[in-house]
Amino acid sequence: MPVRFIMLLIACLACRPVLGQRSVGSQHPQVAKINALFEEQWKAWGLRPSPAEDDGKWCRRVYLDLVGRIPTLAEHNAFVDSREANKRETLVEKLLDSPEHQAEYASHWATIWSNLLIGRSGGNDRRSLVSREGMQKYLRDSFASNKRYDAFVYELISATGTTEPGTEGFNGATNFLIDKVNEEDATLATSSTSRIFLGLQVQCTQCHNHPFNQWKQQKFWEFNAFFRQARGLRRFVPGTRDIAFAELIDQDFPGESGRPEEAEIYYEERNGLTRVAYPVFVDGTDIARSGYVEDTNRRSELARLVVESEYLAKMMVNRTWAHFLGHAFTKPMDDLGPHTMVSHPEVLDYLAEEFRQSSYDQKQLMRWIVLSKPYQLSSTITSHNESDDPAMGETPQFSHFYLRQMSAEQLYQSLVVLGGDAQGSLAEQQNQRDRWLSQFVVAFGTDEGDEATTFNGSIPQALMLFNGDLVKKAISSKPGTRLDSLIRSGAKFNDKVHTLFEAGVSRRASNTELRLASQLLRASGNKPEQALSDLWWAILNTNEFIFVQ
Amino acid sequence: MRWLNKQTPYGMNRRHFLQHAAGASALMGSSLALGGTLRAHANELAKNNKSAILLWMGGGPATIDLWDLKPGAATGGPFRPISTTGEGQICEHLPQVAKQMHNLSIVRSMSTREADHSRGRYYMHTGFVPNPNIEHPSYGSVIAHELMANREDLQIPPFISVGGASEGPGFLGMAWAPFSVSSSGRIRNLEMGIDDSRLVQRMKTLDILERGFVAQKRGIPAEDHMKVLKQTFDLMTSEQMKAFEVDQEPETVKERYGTGNFGQGCLLARRLVEAGVPFVEVDLGGWDNHQNVHTTLRDQRLPTLDQAMSALVEDLEKRELLKDTAIIWMGEFGRTPTINGNAGRDHWARSWSVVVGGAGIKGGLVVGETDADGRRVTSEPYSAEDLMSTVCHGLGISLKTTYHSKSGRPMKIAGGGKLISPLVAT
Repeated sequence: MPVRFIMLLIACLACRPVLGQRSVGSQHPQVAKINALFEEQWKAWGLRPSPAEDDGKWCRRVYLDLVGRIPTLAEHNAFVDSREANKRETLVEKLLDSPEHQAEYASHWATIWSNLLIGRSGGNDRRSLVSREGMQKYLRDSFASNKRYDAFVYELISATGTTEPGTEGFNGATNFLIDKVNEEDATLATSSTSRIFLGLQVQCTQCHNHPFNQWKQQKFWEFNAFFRQARGLRRFVPGTRDIAFAELIDQDFPGESGRPEEAEIYYEERNGLTRVAYPVFVDGTDIARSGYVEDTNRRSELARLVVESEYLAKMMVNRTWAHFLGHAFTKPMDDLGPHTMVSHPEVLDYLAEEFRQSSYDQKQLMRWIVLSKPYQLSSTITSHNESDDPAMGETPQFSHFYLRQMSAEQLYQSLVVLGGDAQGSLAEQQNQRDRWLSQFVVAFGTDEGDEATTFNGSIPQALMLFNGDLVKKAISSKPGTRLDSLIRSGAKFNDKVHTLFEAGVSRRASNTELRLASQLLRASGNKPEQALSDLWWAILNTNEFIFVQ
Repeated sequence: MRWLNKQTPYGMNRRHFLQHAAGASALMGSSLALGGTLRAHANELAKNNKSAILLWMGGGPATIDLWDLKPGAATGGPFRPISTTGEGQICEHLPQVAKQMHNLSIVRSMSTREADHSRGRYYMHTGFVPNPNIEHPSYGSVIAHELMANREDLQIPPFISVGGASEGPGFLGMAWAPFSVSSSGRIRNLEMGIDDSRLVQRMKTLDILERGFVAQKRGIPAEDHMKVLKQTFDLMTSEQMKAFEVDQEPETVKERYGTGNFGQGCLLARRLVEAGVPFVEVDLGGWDNHQNVHTTLRDQRLPTLDQAMSALVEDLEKRELLKDTAIIWMGEFGRTPTINGNAGRDHWARSWSVVVGGAGIKGGLVVGETDADGRRVTSEPYSAEDLMSTVCHGLGISLKTTYHSKSGRPMKIAGGGKLISPLVAT
């Protein structure tokens, strides 16, 4: 206990005794309903779910998924030691609602949504119209206030204003569309908006009717017509060609034959025929055709139709489920088209309806999912559920938790927590992190700006963890570091070893591992600072560390 | 075999290192333990030191302007055809490649259905149409997996992607993922900066922790992680890393390839193939020419391609490596015969061309043809599956090779394609 006590002091005094005793499990009939639906389907498939994950690992899982980092040692210990019956619910409440986690909650979800809305490299090029900082600021504010999801989507689709914080008329939401409306008749705005918010994949139908998709080329261009008043304007740094910031506006659209009151657009079918299109939503609802903004603001109309669509809630439920459980109810996650097979249609429909009923409360949706039985399960695979293996093409049944790698952002934040050296304001921290992350982004060389990450479990990632500065810092035993405090504490060597395992992988060391640590100590010529630093290096490089389990 | 075996390039000396490591751990063993579970058909590879280089043209090149010109047709564009050392004529802006065409063949009757970038990229790299339920392994992963069987001495990753991301290993697992490097060959974070004996201690410790977690049966990714660590360790200590030092090439050679990223990438590919790497992809992007296609091609893409591609083929031939090295030139798809209102060409998969050669694939031929304005294939059409089958055949990989998913679903290599028979030596 003494080591633990010291680490507690080092890593800020824990919150363990002050948590309320409020029981939340029973307050959520949604959780019971999801559980019942899964129990039924497991039975039907002849699967027996794995046992519940142990508290330490579950605590690590929920910190990573809700606030984007592993728990500190103090947080881990507080949870594991708590004797409260409903402690999982209590922890979820704390992460979602307590002031101490609000900033990192918002920052974590802002990161996820930035990558989704503008890509990992969006705004990194100085010729880009996008302000990454502006996007993130908007997103952080939205998540900090738990903005209704429908309002959030409405703002992103209809935003006008400038992209850069501190400029007049700043509206960070503009960064989603600012670089998607100017080129190629806003086709990128069309495909991104329909895919991200409605789960409708229309990009293939830009050029032709899709062979196994009910979407038709006509629909693509009708959807596209909503974006044709939008324009991204560049504002330059005086005397240079560098873009200082940009402004997203709506302007009168005269149509492609110069008749603003009709403002039609044309597209070419593959057989060479030219056809006309007006703004019509995917469900067939049309709006007034006028291209004059004061008659009809097409993006505002689109935003209204999107947030009224039944797909809005479904897509968000599917996305959120995939975030926490590793797989969505459809593959790919953002395709809810009529041709797509849904693995758990009842769960998806039920949660979508409840999400709508909750006034699109995102935290509520997260709560239901994180407290549901599938999310409690262990990632160990048993003989009763080993056939449940989505990586091999099986439909996911969620009968055990699927191992998945931390994202680069989660790793970064976790190492910062372990090193204890976050510096500067939130925005500065985010900038530092973005610079670090850029080493993993690879572009594909197409006009659509597709990209991939090499932070995917391959060698560059392993090299970074073996030898990179971030890890070097974390394992440094220089005076003032966390490791140094541990080394200099009065605890026994074995207790120090346990502490490292608890801090890194949320469990105590096994007997084998204790023996291993003593061997390390001997091999180092009895230098505990070297042995513990090497052990810490090894822990940070394990599969057990990098996987969300 | 043609391993490089000279001075230690980076960090420590492997032999010295292995003395420390004597009797150490699986992570430091001499070869990657191949995951044999997926491997259903042990094929008849006796002694195979073949390799493949894929020149990937990201964005979808206008092959109608490179390999299958239609002078005089409304769709033809401004370029004139020139004669080559092989059968057909090609674009006037590829004069140096024209001198290598006795080594390469053009397939003018590619006809595919995927005209979206990510779908086309996936399909051309795997031989499978994207399927939401399973991820198929890409060319590089398949070829590396098949050719590594008798290449235990290779200590650098078997699938290297230069200047791009390529496609992933799918169900073969992360040990077969592309290792992405820039064309300079420089690799980040290669040095640990501690002495060998301490590194050995760290690796021994890590090995035991890794295996402890694998033993908990939490899924395949945990095992794959261990294989990647092993590859990473090899990378840090191998003398074969010298192959990445493209800077060591004489200036004249560097200039012959072209000093831009693609030229240096092709040169790096040659060095890697020489070192025994089974598969290297080199990416050249910027072919998504919806606007001003002909000026972009004439002023930028074609000069770069001409210099690097011709240098690579010439160099491989000179070094007697071409007979064992397949070259594949392709992108996601071709581009529309119709020139659009912005003087560009849009995506088009129905009729387009690829170029292949080396490793027993016949050179100097033109296979297949399109109609007068390039809109339609008028001979037997070929698919990504057919192309991949032909390349695998050339590399001595049996087309009977079949992988099985855990549920028992069989998946034929190269999507079960057929050989492009004129290209196969009889």
